[in-house]
Amino acid sequence: MADSKLVMEVLKRIGEKIEEKKEYLTELDQPIGDSDHGINLARGFGEVEKKLPTLEEKDLGTIMKTVGMTLVSTVGGASGPLYGSAFMKIGMAWGGKMEISMEEILAGMDVAVEAVKQRGKSTVEEATMLDAMVPALNAMRTAAEEGLEKKEVLEAGCRASWAGAEHTKDLVATKGRASYVGERGLGHQDPGATSFSFMLEMVKDSL
Amino acid sequence: MVGLVIVSHSENLAKSVVEFTSMMAKEAVIAPAGGLEDGTFGTSFERIQHAIESVYSDDGVIVLMDLGSAVMTTEMVLEMMEGQKVAMADCPLVEGAVIASISAVGGKSFEEILQDLDKVREMKKLQ
Repeated sequence: MADSKLVMEVLKRIGEKIEEKKEYLTELDQPIGDSDHGINLARGFGEVEKKLPTLEEKDLGTIMKTVGMTLVSTVGGASGPLYGSAFMKIGMAWGGKMEISMEEILAGMDVAVEAVKQRGKSTVEEATMLDAMVPALNAMRTAAEEGLEKKEVLEAGCRASWAGAEHTKDLVATKGRASYVGERGLGHQDPGATSFSFMLEMVKDSL
Repeated sequence: MVGLVIVSHSENLAKSVVEFTSMMAKEAVIAPAGGLEDGTFGTSFERIQHAIESVYSDDGVIVLMDLGSAVMTTEMVLEMMEGQKVAMADCPLVEGAVIASISAVGGKSFEEILQDLDKVREMKKLQ
């Protein structure tokens, strides 16, 4: 379904999207965090983009692991180790593969969710990126089991992801810096849930 | 001697904590790992890894962190260094650094310093 060339295209588009939404993501981070989510992620994916030419012809495991390592060394904020761990675990799941099926994409999302939970010692309903990732994965799995086309599976995932991001406005954060502002964080959408939704959108638009 | 690494989002803060420890433990083997390559706030996997390697010996290395990504990024570095004698201390950064550096210079072992740092976490400033 997706070969390494296409995955590299997705990564490039994610970088462009994050760059485009950098100010918006940083604005979201301002009332509840340290105002750096967009800038940090844009810097990280900018570095990823520089590495892409060296990854041509490489297997998907190597590509994803390199992305993970690059993010954890260049993002700087909490999203570095969180997204970094997620990409590295996907890389381990896709080791040696030159092409992946929808089933393998879902398996990759599954290990990514576990990686974020473990690294952040967090779970859903804590106003984090998991509140977008988990509903997105569940919706995609259901859609795939119903036998829907890949486009529809990803559309279902994106809808659930954005709904999850929206839902973080109703949650009081208990993890990360947002937990320091407590109830003052109510009404604010989590930047991590938002950046994840943008990333998934790029996957949907590219496949 | 046990090596020490100070991880912070701020390059200046990490360097200053290291400098501060020299007040009472000038001979300590201690390295800062603060900020990002471009001078902005953040924690970098590579910087932390290099700092640990720079003070590493068979006596081990203890890492003290500020918060958030400093903890998570250090955790990732330690996972990569599996099998080597490196541990994170769960205690206030400045107090921990002062006590750990004095203990290290005094010849205490890796395990003993980690125990000392456990006590630092419970230490009260106001009685």
